[in-house]
Amino acid sequence: MSITLYVPCDSSAVSVGADRVVNAIAQEAEKRGVEIKIVRNGSRGMYWLEPMVEVVTEKGRIAYGAVNASDVSSLFDADFLNGGSHALSLGLTEEIPYFKKQQRLTFARVGITDPVSLEDYIAHDGYRGLKNALEISQADIVKHVSDSGLRGRGGAAFPTGIKWNTVLNTQADQKYIICNADEGDSGTFSDRMIMECDPFVLIEGMTIAGLAVSATQGYIYLRIEYPHAFEILNTAIANAYAAGYLGDDVQGSGRAFHLEVRQGAGAYVCGEETSLMESLEGKRGLVRFKPPLPAISGLFGKPTVVNNVISLASVPIILDKGGDFYRDFGMGRSRGTLPLQLAGNLKHPGLVELAFGVTLRELLYDFGGGSATGKPIRAVQVGGPLGAYLPESQFDTPLDYEAFAALWAVVGHGGIVAFDDTVDMAEMAKYSMEFCAEESCGKCTPCRIGATRGYEVMTEIVNKRDLDKNIPLLRSLCDTMLNSSLCALGGMTPYPVLSALNHFPEDFGVNVEHNAA
Amino acid sequence: MNKIMSLNKEKDYGTPASDSTEMVNLEIDGFKVTVPAGTSVMRAAATIGIDIPKLCATDSVEPFGSCRLCVVQIEGGRGLPASCTTPVFEGMKAITQNPKLAEVRRGVMELYISDHPLDCLTCSANGDCELQDMAGAVGLREVRYHPIETHLDAKKDTSNPYFSFDPSKCIVCSRCVRACEEVQGTFALTIDGRGFDSKVSAGQNESFMESECVSCGACVQACPTATLMETSVIENGLPEHAIITTCAYCGVGCSFRAEMKGEQVIRMVPNKDGKANHGHSCVKGRFAFGYATHKDRITQPMIRASIEDAWKEVSWEEAIAYAASEMKRIQDKYGKDSVGGITSSRCTNEEVYIMQKLIRAGFGNNNVDTCARVCHSPTGYGLKQTFGESSGTQDFDSVMKADVILIIGANPTDGHPVFGSQMKKRLRQGAKLIVVDPREIDIVKMPHVEASYHLKLRPSTNVALVNALAHVIVNENLVDEEFVNARCDVASFNKWLTFIADERHSPEATESITGVPAAEMRAAARLYATAENGAIYYGLGVTEHSQGSTAVITIANLAMATGNLGRDGVGVNPLRGQNNVQGSCDMGSFPHEFPGYRHVSDVATLSMFENAWQTNLSNEPGLRIPNMFDAALDKSFMGLYCEGEDIAQSDPDIKHVHAALHKMECVIVQDIFLNETAKFAHVFLPGASFLEKDGTFTNAERRISPVRKVMRPLAGYADWEITQMLSNALGYQMNYTHPSEIMDEIARLTPTFNGVSYDKIDQLGSIQWPCYDEESEGTPIMHTEEFMRDNGKGLFMLTEFVATQERVNGKFPLILTTGRILSQYNVGAQTRRTENNAWHTEDRLEIHSHDAEDRGIKDGDWVGIKSRAGETVLHALVTDRVQPGVVYTTFHFPESGANVITTDNSDWATNCPEYKVTAVQVAKVSQTSEWQAGYLAFSDNQLDLLAQASNV
Repeated sequence: MSITLYVPCDSSAVSVGADRVVNAIAQEAEKRGVEIKIVRNGSRGMYWLEPMVEVVTEKGRIAYGAVNASDVSSLFDADFLNGGSHALSLGLTEEIPYFKKQQRLTFARVGITDPVSLEDYIAHDGYRGLKNALEISQADIVKHVSDSGLRGRGGAAFPTGIKWNTVLNTQADQKYIICNADEGDSGTFSDRMIMECDPFVLIEGMTIAGLAVSATQGYIYLRIEYPHAFEILNTAIANAYAAGYLGDDVQGSGRAFHLEVRQGAGAYVCGEETSLMESLEGKRGLVRFKPPLPAISGLFGKPTVVNNVISLASVPIILDKGGDFYRDFGMGRSRGTLPLQLAGNLKHPGLVELAFGVTLRELLYDFGGGSATGKPIRAVQVGGPLGAYLPESQFDTPLDYEAFAALWAVVGHGGIVAFDDTVDMAEMAKYSMEFCAEESCGKCTPCRIGATRGYEVMTEIVNKRDLDKNIPLLRSLCDTMLNSSLCALGGMTPYPVLSALNHFPEDFGVNVEHNAA
Repeated sequence: MNKIMSLNKEKDYGTPASDSTEMVNLEIDGFKVTVPAGTSVMRAAATIGIDIPKLCATDSVEPFGSCRLCVVQIEGGRGLPASCTTPVFEGMKAITQNPKLAEVRRGVMELYISDHPLDCLTCSANGDCELQDMAGAVGLREVRYHPIETHLDAKKDTSNPYFSFDPSKCIVCSRCVRACEEVQGTFALTIDGRGFDSKVSAGQNESFMESECVSCGACVQACPTATLMETSVIENGLPEHAIITTCAYCGVGCSFRAEMKGEQVIRMVPNKDGKANHGHSCVKGRFAFGYATHKDRITQPMIRASIEDAWKEVSWEEAIAYAASEMKRIQDKYGKDSVGGITSSRCTNEEVYIMQKLIRAGFGNNNVDTCARVCHSPTGYGLKQTFGESSGTQDFDSVMKADVILIIGANPTDGHPVFGSQMKKRLRQGAKLIVVDPREIDIVKMPHVEASYHLKLRPSTNVALVNALAHVIVNENLVDEEFVNARCDVASFNKWLTFIADERHSPEATESITGVPAAEMRAAARLYATAENGAIYYGLGVTEHSQGSTAVITIANLAMATGNLGRDGVGVNPLRGQNNVQGSCDMGSFPHEFPGYRHVSDVATLSMFENAWQTNLSNEPGLRIPNMFDAALDKSFMGLYCEGEDIAQSDPDIKHVHAALHKMECVIVQDIFLNETAKFAHVFLPGASFLEKDGTFTNAERRISPVRKVMRPLAGYADWEITQMLSNALGYQMNYTHPSEIMDEIARLTPTFNGVSYDKIDQLGSIQWPCYDEESEGTPIMHTEEFMRDNGKGLFMLTEFVATQERVNGKFPLILTTGRILSQYNVGAQTRRTENNAWHTEDRLEIHSHDAEDRGIKDGDWVGIKSRAGETVLHALVTDRVQPGVVYTTFHFPESGANVITTDNSDWATNCPEYKVTAVQVAKVSQTSEWQAGYLAFSDNQLDLLAQASNV
């Protein structure tokens, strides 16, 4: 009887040698005359352990990591195919504390299944949400989503149910579901993981959304830097069509839902929903003003649901287990779970799905294991390049949209990037302005000219020139950008800049007393 | 009478008006205001005089929300929304000014100025710059930045002769880009790059001239700074006063503000309140006015005994006396009917009116004709017969309600560009398009516009094609029976039904005639017939045929059968070539009709005019233009008074015309240039351009618009005064002191003009006739209740297709058809004397690559074009726009000799020449034709004789 092994096909695992490990195992097995079967699963999200090889045993899946191709021979020698002990032994995967302590709802199958195997997906509770959705009214689908308390996981945290309800109630001959998969925030990868590791959950979520609001066409707007996701999504979509989960007659319901992946052209701003739609329409990725809301006049002027990957991928479990089930996780107005992405200077970077309420400190130390360099963590940027920097004094803040807002910070897409005490926060502020200048679409003046001027002013500040004039000028510029930018790119660039200045004035050559916010 | 205005800028409401009928009440800065739903906060504020600072918003284009100067606070709302993109809602309370808003606006303005040259005092937009105005409005006092990256060194593009593009002054508001898209519909401009590197780019980083820019001026109009600026303003400074007048080019009749410095026109700016153009323009009207002060203008009257003689400059008195004595001499010698006159669609209504009055009352015959003879006379005939009035049925704005637009033999984006832009706007909104044209005109496929069907018929087969469309409609039960029964002459319909239902008119039967696949004809017919609103636009491609009048009638039949008449969005719309084709026809310039299309033999009309004019009038129709030429060769027509028309270039079979002119003993030409006809003249009376006189033009939608004197006539007199002097010298007294008195007389004697007066035109801006009484404000859409025929019913007429005599054969295997181009106008007398030559310097022969290959012709080769009438030589332009077997050229240059080859075939009803169909052979040659060489020698000699004039 052959032994089954799992080696992730996730691009992070591949980037550190997963494919080489697979080849090495296959060759070694052949050499030794052992019959094995290697399944390319998704990653479990413990990236410091990748490539992680799992062996199926009677006790369960036993993990080894991080495995190098050069380790393979010794693994065979240690009889790893029967769970034998080795320096790289991690024990039962599910018992690894980093994994075990998580509350995986959206990521329930990630790392467990073969991403493009529909049988595997169904065997692991897949398409149960769709089955339920096909049996209830559109209003009831939307009600489940509303009841779940799900808010937009892309960063804006707008209640998903309200958005769907608006599209449902807007009459039109054509409606669309758009999945915003232009995941561009620095230090984030949860969307990519879903798409590479469990694409069917996204397909199912979008199908349910389509049924809920009478949209017959969905588009996944995928950033071009995700070529693996592109391939895997397309394979999964083809499999879903073949099995009648997509098409003119979804599961014999007589209702249509079509799905297509479109690749972006490499602009960060196309992650902003209105410029995303411009780009999908084949135009320059220029931000549109609102109103009209996309829910009323979106893609090609038709009512459109634009949701992030994680929002849509959370829908199947909500429809499977009910809105109440999901809502029972979390705190305050932040319900359910959030897939947090630990990155930057951390010992244990990876994906951690937890209910809202966990503190930054728990994430950084209990999960992240502190800094990789061993130095104290000085600052954390939460929510991508437009998120605020939080100092150590704020590490006990619970992950909660409102708690973060109270600190003039954002949870955003759940990206957490840690910096140790060697970081120069003025350089980071300068970088934020540079990022904005680089990525600005150029439509609105505060962002188009302001970011470039901001970079120039920050260059002066970093060089400690005319601080008495340049610091107030920087604050004034941030005020202009914050209050008058057309979208969040220009409007939120002041978050990292001002939080750096306010929490770390010494890096700007300003003493604390004179740094009136 | 002239409405001189100081140069106050036109009010800009920031965003376009909403056409909603639902009203919304709100408060802005504590003031109550009620506006239509969908109005922006910015516009609502502007209506009560609160001008919120703005830069990227202007009311000619949709809001964009990029400059962020117009931010406001809405009670209960979050943040500072842009007022241009925020629609009003019931009960809204908006604040437009407070310290927070002031701070944000100053912050934004400071950013703008950090990337803008500080050369206001020497800038061409000084005093006319919105950036400057807004910097003042927001109270910017300091720029704290020390910018490193700027656009101050960006290079200026001066490739366009009329305006320059200076990107160092650009604020990237995208107004130019949006105007090019939304107003003009050319999509020549874009923003290239992103972020700080964003810049306006013509085409793909080309110069304006190399790009697809059509120089309509919409971008210049939209630009808030000196970035896009008229060359004339850069050279002369800003104008100081403005006078509203009407363009003298095509039949769209755009309203313009002539912006003046003393008597010098600095620029022509399209009038936002102009009802035909709504603030838009084209390269001709906007920029090509320099001909009015061109050195070729003749400003002194001249006479000579023979065309072999040198011209002699004389006083007005002498010229008029000589002209009158010659006309009298000829009438004494050859009879009363041996003289006549030709007037022009370029003249004002008042000029045409007194011209025909002079001929009927002064010459005592009806030998008056107009250039509409050679363009839209079949329209006059066909629509009069079927609908009862010789005019288009709609206003231009009607196109915005059309769902299917059927264009037959018209090229609106070249010939009627401003209306073409409006049509494209409607097509971009989703209306469907059918084009019937032998050639692939631009509108068949343009950015964001594509015809559903292009029926690429063979020239001369319009009647067969439209009959086939009607056949489908009848046989597939697509007739609007309710309309036909209620509004049309049912007996005529039934007769027509039997006629058209016959198999010989089916698409399948006529496919071999038209060359259009039957299935396409069927599909197009269904599309038009099933449209909620189907509108037909046609042009000279319909009229200038031996069956021109029949073709007009087929169109009228089609519209009646489908009920596409009498309301907004439908209709039959002739696109008139020149500015005043409609008006000159209205004014009684045809030999058989008094003003208002009343026959000269109609006893009541005749006696009314005899009473009014205090003289006996002839009840016999006079000579049409071609008859005049024939009569001249018979020595029975020997004296001609020709005003504003260049028959020696524009009429068909030009050798015949030249021979006739040679025979005449006195040719009086009244024009602003020594045109081709004047080279055959004995008296030259220097006329005035449209900038030098008062009057009115009537455009293709029957809109009577004011023409206003903005400078004194270079030669001393307005044209109506010259005609009046001639009349008085002939012994028929006219004593008008102003053209308004002429219009009063027209109104008094013409029922459809009864309610028209200069006062009312000034008050309303323009009036669409019919305007029956003082209360009436005119009639945008005709035949809404009943047709204007005596019994009120639309008349169906039978329209058998009869092939033209002009047939291709082995000797003349190709069909030549003619058309026009955007940058040149008609015979080119005006536009050739402007910088418009930069776009089109010669007429070329378009030939299909197959036909070119067969003849060994390459692009740019000299090719001889030979017809039964003559031969000329042009450069070849090898293109698949034309179909195999068809060649095409324009006729804007006299030396092209396009009319050397056109024949004397003409419309059976009106003698409109068959310009559109000439059988020719084309061959590669090495030099110009014999005719061209002869013409050149003749023309050079005449110019020498002119040069001698001032030396005499």
